[in-house]
Order: sequence, then C-alpha cells, then structure tokens
Amino acid sequence: MQRLAHLWNRLDYSCGMLRLVPLLALVCVTTSIQAQTELRIANLGEPASLDPHYVSGVWENRIIGDLFLGLTTEGPDGKPVAGAAEEWAVSDDGTVYTFLIRDHVWSDGTPVTAGDFEYAFRRILRPETAAEYASLLYPIKNAEALNTGQMTDMDQLGVKALDDRTLVITLEASTPYFLAQLTHYTAFPVPRHRVEQYGNDWTKPANIASNGAYVLDEWLPSTHTVLLKNPKFYAADTVAIDRVVFYPGEDRAAVQKRFRAGEIDIAMDFASDQIEWLRKNLPEQTRIAPYLGVYYYPVNTAKPPFDDVRVRQALSMAINREALTDKVLKTGEVPAYSLVPPGTNNYGEPAYVGWMGVPYEARLAQARSLLAEAGFGPDNPLEFTLSYNTSENHKRIAIAVASMWKQLGARVELFNTEVKVHYDKLKQGDFDVARAGWIADYNDPQNFLYLLQSSSGPLNYGRYANPEYDALMEQASATTDLTKRAGLMAQAESLAMRDQPVIPIYYYVSKNLVSNAVQGWQDTINDIHRSRYLSLK
Amino acid sequence: MIRSSPPAVELQHDIKGRSLWQDAVRRLARNRAAVASMIVLAVIALLAVFAPMLSPHPYDEIYWDRIQMPPDFANGHWFGTDSNGRDLFVRTLYGARVSLMVGVLATAVSLVIGVIYGAVAGFVGGRVDDIMMRLVDILYALPFMFFVILLMVMFGRNIFLIFVALGAVEWLTMARIVRGQTLSIKHRPFIEAAHACGVTRTGIIFRHIIPNVLGPVIVYVTLTVPQVIMTESFISFLGLGVQEPLTSWGVLIAEGARLMEAAPWLLVFPATLLALTLFAFNFIGDGLRDALDPKDR
Amino acid sequence: MAARIMIAFAARRCLSALPTLLIVITLAFFMMRLAPGGPFDQERALPPEIERNVLAAYNLDQPLWRQYLDYLADLTRGDFGPSFKYRDFTVAELIANGFPASLQIGGLAMLCAIVFGVGLGTVAALHQNSPLDYTVMTFAMTGIAVPNFVMAPLLTLLFGVYLSLLPVAGWGDGAWANKLLPVIALALPQVAYIARLTRGSMIEVLNSNYIRTARAKGLREGLVVTRHAVKGALLPVVSYLGPATAAVATGSVVIETIFDIPGTGRYFVEGALNRDYPLVMGVVVFYAAMIIALNLAVDLLYGLMDPKLRRP
Repeated sequence: MQRLAHLWNRLDYSCGMLRLVPLLALVCVTTSIQAQTELRIANLGEPASLDPHYVSGVWENRIIGDLFLGLTTEGPDGKPVAGAAEEWAVSDDGTVYTFLIRDHVWSDGTPVTAGDFEYAFRRILRPETAAEYASLLYPIKNAEALNTGQMTDMDQLGVKALDDRTLVITLEASTPYFLAQLTHYTAFPVPRHRVEQYGNDWTKPANIASNGAYVLDEWLPSTHTVLLKNPKFYAADTVAIDRVVFYPGEDRAAVQKRFRAGEIDIAMDFASDQIEWLRKNLPEQTRIAPYLGVYYYPVNTAKPPFDDVRVRQALSMAINREALTDKVLKTGEVPAYSLVPPGTNNYGEPAYVGWMGVPYEARLAQARSLLAEAGFGPDNPLEFTLSYNTSENHKRIAIAVASMWKQLGARVELFNTEVKVHYDKLKQGDFDVARAGWIADYNDPQNFLYLLQSSSGPLNYGRYANPEYDALMEQASATTDLTKRAGLMAQAESLAMRDQPVIPIYYYVSKNLVSNAVQGWQDTINDIHRSRYLSLK
Repeated sequence: MIRSSPPAVELQHDIKGRSLWQDAVRRLARNRAAVASMIVLAVIALLAVFAPMLSPHPYDEIYWDRIQMPPDFANGHWFGTDSNGRDLFVRTLYGARVSLMVGVLATAVSLVIGVIYGAVAGFVGGRVDDIMMRLVDILYALPFMFFVILLMVMFGRNIFLIFVALGAVEWLTMARIVRGQTLSIKHRPFIEAAHACGVTRTGIIFRHIIPNVLGPVIVYVTLTVPQVIMTESFISFLGLGVQEPLTSWGVLIAEGARLMEAAPWLLVFPATLLALTLFAFNFIGDGLRDALDPKDR
Repeated sequence: MAARIMIAFAARRCLSALPTLLIVITLAFFMMRLAPGGPFDQERALPPEIERNVLAAYNLDQPLWRQYLDYLADLTRGDFGPSFKYRDFTVAELIANGFPASLQIGGLAMLCAIVFGVGLGTVAALHQNSPLDYTVMTFAMTGIAVPNFVMAPLLTLLFGVYLSLLPVAGWGDGAWANKLLPVIALALPQVAYIARLTRGSMIEVLNSNYIRTARAKGLREGLVVTRHAVKGALLPVVSYLGPATAAVATGSVVIETIFDIPGTGRYFVEGALNRDYPLVMGVVVFYAAMIIALNLAVDLLYGLMDPKLRRP
C-alpha cells in the first residue's frame, strides 16, 4: 500500500498530465454507476444472518438465494432446475444420487468443488453449529443421528465427495422431493476457504465469496443489503440487473407508500386490509398468487374438553371460511378444508373434511348438536381462549371466528401475545385453541402431514397422537411407488380431517407489489423470484 | 414559585381555605376556555359512561355485509364501521372508557405515591429527605418508557398493569412538586401549632400538609392525565395494547393511521376525540393554574 | 470558588451515576428474563436436541445468576455480547452502526424544539392574549394532541406521496431530504411543550420586580427581553431538557420504524419483542448512560444559570 502511494507521488511529480488520468477514471466510474440497472426490493425483514446455515426466514432466502447456488436451483417459474450440479444420476431404488458439479468458481476465483458441498453438509449437521433448520436434511443417511449427537463420526454422513467434481448423496429412504429440496438454502455450499479463514465474520462484505449470480457489496443493518452482479457467475451473461438493494423495513403501510412514490420496485408483501384501495389504484402492480401454505388453528387435544373429537369437529364446522376469505381478507385466499393445499406435488386431491359440501346453516345445526352431545349447552357453555400472535390479520380472523363460535353458545376469550410468547405457549402445550400457519419447505404432502405425527414433537402443537396415523405415515415414507405413497398419505390425512386436531382455515396466497418496470416476473407457488431472471424496462 | 395559601390560614384554615377555593372557583368560572373544556370533557365522559345506551349496536357485533363502511346514518353507523364490520361509534366510546380509565387510574396511582412520598420527604427532612430525593433522581435517570415496554412484555396485556406501570412512571414529578410545597409551608405557624398541640407526624402530614399543597397538585394532575392517555396510545401503536374485543383510543388510532387513505373515518373520529380530550385537560390545567395562583390578584 | 464547587458537584454526580447504572442493568436484566417466551421460540419449533445446542451456544443453559454475573463481567470489558436476532453482528456493532442516525435525528429534533419552542413561546408571551398568541398556542396544542404515529404517516403522505417533494422513507446515507420529515415529526410535540413552558414562565418573569426595575431604568423593551427576561424565563425550559431528551428517545422508536431509519431506538422494541436479551440490555445501558450524562449536563447548566444556586 505504502509502496503504491510512493509510486503514485513520483508519477504525480514527474508528469502533471498524469493527474488527469484518475480524474478521467473517476468520471468513467460515475457514469457507469448511473448506467447500472438497479432493482430495489422491500424485503420486509432484516436478515438475521447471511450464513445459509443460520437463517430461517423467507426474507433471508431472497438474499442468500441470489448469492449462492445449490446443486439444484429455482427456475424463473420456481420449479427446480440444474444449478451448481450440471447433471445427476439416481439409483434405481431412489436412495443414491450422484451429482456432477458444474465447472464454476467462487466470486474470488477459487473453483467450487464437491468438497465445498461435503463441507457445507457436515457443517450444518454438526450439533455445535446449532443450525435451527438442520432437520430439513434428515432424509440424508445418518443426518439425524449425527445432528442429534447419537452418532459423532461425520464420515458416516451420506454425503461424499468422490473427486472435485463428483458428489454422492445417499439417503435413508427414497425421497421423491429430494431434488426440489436441494434448492433450499440448507443445501447451499459455503466457501470452505473463507469460512475457515474468517470464522463467524465470513459473511461480512469484505470476507464473503459466493457462487451465485450476485456478490455481497454492502450490508448495513436496518438500512439495506446491497448485492452486485457476480461477473464470475457461470451464466453471468444472462443476468440483466447489475445491482439489487434489499430494504428491511417491516411497516407495510410505509412500504406501500414508498412503492407508490417510486422508491422501490418490488414489495414482497402488503397489508390485506389495503386490498380494496390497491385493486382500485394499482391493479396491474398488485400480484396475488396461490402459495404453498395453510393457515390453521391447532386444538390442544391433550386438554379437556378438546380431547373430545365432537368438540373439535363442532368448532371446525362452525367456521364460515368463505366469509373469512371473501369478507375479511378479500385477497384471494382459498377456504381450507384440508391440511395439504390442493396442487401439491406427488399428491392427488387432498382428503377434505367429510362435511365440506354441507351448507353453512346445516353445518351450524350439526355443530350445535355435537356440542350438546359432548355435554355443552346454554346452562354449561363451552368456555375457552383463542390465542393468536400480534398481527392485524390474525386479529381480524380471530375476532371473526370468535363471533362465529358465539353462535354455538361458546364463550371465547381472545388472547394476543407477541410471536415469541405465542410459540413458547404452543410448544409447552399451554393453550386451548391457537393460531398457526405453515409454509411448505418443499413441495410435497409429507411436509404438511408430518406436522401431525406424534414423533414431530413440538411441531405437533395440538399433541395429536393417533397410532393409525403414525403407521400410515411410516408406511408412506418407506414406499417408492409415488401413487401408492400418495394413497397412504391421503388415508392419513382423511384420519386427521375426521379427528380435526387442527382446524384448517385457508390456504395462503403470496401478495406482492411489482412495478410495471420489472420484466420477467412470474407468479410462483413458492413465491421465490430470483433477481437473476428479472430485468428492468 | 410559592403557590400555597395566604398567611391568614393558620387560625381557622377551614373557613379561610374554603374562601380561597371559592375564590379560585370564581376565577376559573371566568376563564372561558377552561369552562368550555370542562363542558367538553363532561360530555365525552357521559358519552363513555352511557355508550351502550346511545347506539343500537353492541361493541363486538360483526356486521358481515357492512365491513369497513364509511359513516352510514341509515343503519345507525354514525362513525362508519371498522375492518371487522363493527360499529365504530360505539367502539370509539368504549375506547374512551378504557383510555379515560387508564388516564384517571394511572394518575391516581401516581398521585397517591407521589403525594405521600413527597410530603414525607419534605416534612421529615434531613437525611431521610436526602435519601428519598436521591432515589427520585436515580429513577429519573432511567429510560422509563423502556421499562414500561418491558413491563408490558413481562406481564402480557393486563389492563390493570397498564395503570400501575404508567402510574409508577408518573409519580416522580408529583413527588418533587409536593416536596417543594411541603418545604415551603412546613415552618408556617399553623404547622408548628399543630405540633405543639401534640398532633402526631402522620396526623400533621395527612391533615395539614397534604390539604395545603393540593393546589399545584391538582394542576399537575390535569396535565398528567393527558400524558398518560398519550402514553397508552404509544403502547397500543407498538401492538402491546388492550385485548380484543376491548379497545382504546390508542388501539383505534393506531389502526386508523394505517388505513388513513383507504378508510379515513377510522382515524378521524377517534383521533378527534382524543385531541379534544387532550385539549380540554390542558386548558383546564392552565385555567386552574391561573385561578390558584395568588400572584395574579 | 464557584468553579470548584461545580467541579466537586460534578464529580459527586458522576460517582453516583454508577449505582444508578447498576440498578438499571439489574432491573432490565431480570425483567427481560422473567418475560415469557425465549429468543428461539418461533413458528417452526426446534427439535429439542437442536434447541439445547442453540441455548448452550449462547450460554443460556447456565443458571440465571451466573448469566447475570457473566454479563456484568463482560460489560466491564466493554463487551455487550452477540445479538441473538442479528447473528452476524455484535450488539456493540449494531449500536455503533445505529447511533449516528439516532443522534442526528434526535439532536436535530431537540435543537428545533428549543429554537422554535423558545421563539414561539416568547412571541406569544410578548403578545399575550392577542390573535398571534392564540394562533401560536393553538399550534402548540395540536403538537401535543396528535400522536406522532399519526403525524408521521400524515407528513409522508402529504410531502412524499402527494407532492413528491421529499422521500417517503429511508436514510439515503443521511441526506438532508431524508432527515427533514422525521426531524419535524419528532420535534413537533417538544416544540409544543417548550413553547407553552416558555410562554408561561416568560409572562411570570415579565411581571416580576426585576424586570419592572429594568424597565423603570428606561431600558428599551427589546433589551429588557433579550438581556433579562429570556434568561430568567429559560430556567424551567432548561430543567425540562432532561425529560424532553427522554421523550425524544422514546419518540424515536416510532419515528425510526415509520421512516425506516437505521437508528438504535427501534432496536429496543425489536430486541424486546424478539427476546434478544443482549440487544435490549445493550440499548438500555447505552440510553441510561446517555440520559444520566445529559441530566448531569443539565444540572450544571442550571447551576450556571440560576443565581440563587450559584451562591454557596
């Protein structure tokens, strides 16, 4: 550095004309900045981390999915396509995947190897890493045992780099959604040389190297995260946007105003109660699309009177879901009568509740008689608490549902707490009926139905324990034939819909505001839109 | 800044005191802003008390076909309906109940703590006074709003705790004012006379000191109530307000502020009532200050 | 003489600040820990083994008293700990990152509040009971009666969306245009309070004996006001500066959220709601230290201004 400065001084003295050079260079740089295309995204959340092993939010996924490239990745339509793996072969029993790693480099020029992947899988599964999302990789052989500490020898993990470009992944059992799951950030590679050199600080802009379409340029907490196009990206010539800025602000009303003022190009959510205004004033920019998720009310089956299936059925029947979606939400959500949303891969029609087609009034009458059978009536009203976490939408739904239950003669107390308290109570089983939601991690019915397996522990909020259900799910996971597997899972779901340990309310939709200048945007079922596929008019 | 009673009080301070208060009332009655404010406040309070009788609609009833409707006189929704289809008029009045109650009760808590604390510190004096006022100084240095938030986080949305938490924040200034007043009257002859007659210290504090420092205390009370109402609205904005279906002005205004363009009536009505109430309290406070200040004569 | 007394006073106050800080830390620490819910409770419950690992990684599996002592020990070394929510940053980094913005917004708001508050209050007092007085005081009342979470979106809607004069939100690396609206929204209630205070004390001072004397001496009214009255009338304003700072700090929580400003204030609410214990503690300790320092400064200023206190 010093030597350079010295050299510079000498040049400076020796020839006055040379002084113009840096000036000219500066001019060039500024003009090239102006010519850059910049995409500004309201991300509605500050990333907790940019380390793929330490994140859990969709807003983080938007950033790190632009930075890193998994073995497979999302195409423009959100469906899995080849990513860092050029091609792959699957063994006949569906348990061994052999990947050929694409010949590409990290943004610092170091080649991306199969070893980087092996390193990443081992890192996220190590108990000391304490990665919150590691359980997603449990289909891989011995992953669960290693992650929970029952096994300590990482060499036993079913991920092996045979050479720099060949990676073999062995699974516990055939997993039809495995390729789709590899697009998830839990399966992203991390630059081993950087992680080992910088430790926890490897995600700082100066230290990070990425293999995706973008590199991290600047990250100021609560201000913005700026990505620049990665010139070393293997498909860099197809990337149109040079610079992506993610704003973390979570105030949806403020975000909407910024969008209208032209300060941002894409807002990744908007408040439901603004929908009428938006439909009237920004109809083209308002994008609503089906989303692979379900909004539901778990019922605490371990606690009387909710251990009585009649009570749970009555509560579920008395909810007029159409009124909720059409009159309260009005953003195109679909009334839910099953746990698995329709259109999920590897599944047929979901197993809906038996009374789905029954008109509301008749259902209400049925619900009243079920409650009466269970011993509740005007002189012994059903009294309980409906808990929800603080949010305008949850509040509005809870108010409406409580008033529907009032028609059964039930006395419902509303109880709203912050998200941390809410989920703590759910985990402890300290609730009657509560609000919950589930967005799929991968496009497969198993991702929804395992929520009700008794082995799912704290995720099974209502403590539903039905040996028959568990057996069907076990059987399904051991079945390679996709049709048979789907049949077994549908059987399991129909049990759950009979027992109603969860009351499905509606299937989610994704809600985005997309400026007319943005080209290449496609509505996708997982609401993932990588910046590399977008361009600006 | 001595605002206590005139010297003649000592002999028969009952009679003299009454005439002082009569005087004050007469002057207050001449203050048009204060009188108007009292009328406004009385109207709002009456509306809040008789809210359920004034509207055909219950406060938690959902009208499914009238969600987020602007004011609609045909159906008796004078203020329109909220985004759950509930009548805003009756909800605003129920909100008034909660907000006024929070304001009054929290102020009462601060009044009780602050007056007793300040009177004791001022009257006992010496080391006790030093230590007590030092403690007040220390508490003053706490970022108190943060502690209110922590309290709300700790105990959940218990409306009773909102009162206590806010009262616990507001008593400090009250204690300082009362102590200052106490210091200024404690060597007056009527106190010494009470001493000489063998009245106990507690008796003197409660029977002689406190009644005689009430003037400035009342002024401060009228300024504390609006502050507390404002604080409650701030807490509601953070999403830590009262539980549904109950509501408060803070909750209503926070919701209205988000929808100020799509449904302006959700903001305008509760915010106007809040502003009117705060105006009224402040004018009454000013009026009382002028009325009780003997220097003005 | 006076100087030495002041220094002794200042030294005493500095010393007594330490126990105050300790009380703040202790209160905040245990209140935060008694609150239900933990930093790692979330929509997707962690498998118990993983949760144990996570808790152990942050020493949250230790007994509470142990964690408390550890925290104090770390604090004496200037270590505020890691943030639970923002895992890639330490609390010290976050505060250092956010403080410049908070300081600028808060400082400018205070400055506006004092300048406009005292100015308006003086004008109103000098024209007591005139239309001008009523206009100023009505304005002041509006500032007090409209919550800032209403004022802020109103301002952005008007100037940002409808008139397109100023940015709606964002920090823009601290550009003036980005600061204007947040500073106004933050300062308005304080302008109002200070204007009312100034007016009240100014009227009192203008009726006092020493001003009458000054007038009787034949001093021009302008001089009477600037040389004598303002100084006397400012005393209550000075003693209000402490609470005003606290109010601005509180207000900044709302303003920073609405205007998307990367300040420290919003970290408190975010930290408290997310049970990010070190972040909450860090912000509380930091703000408490600031408020204590400011109160000390105000006390000293008060001592310098009030002739009654200056004499031993």
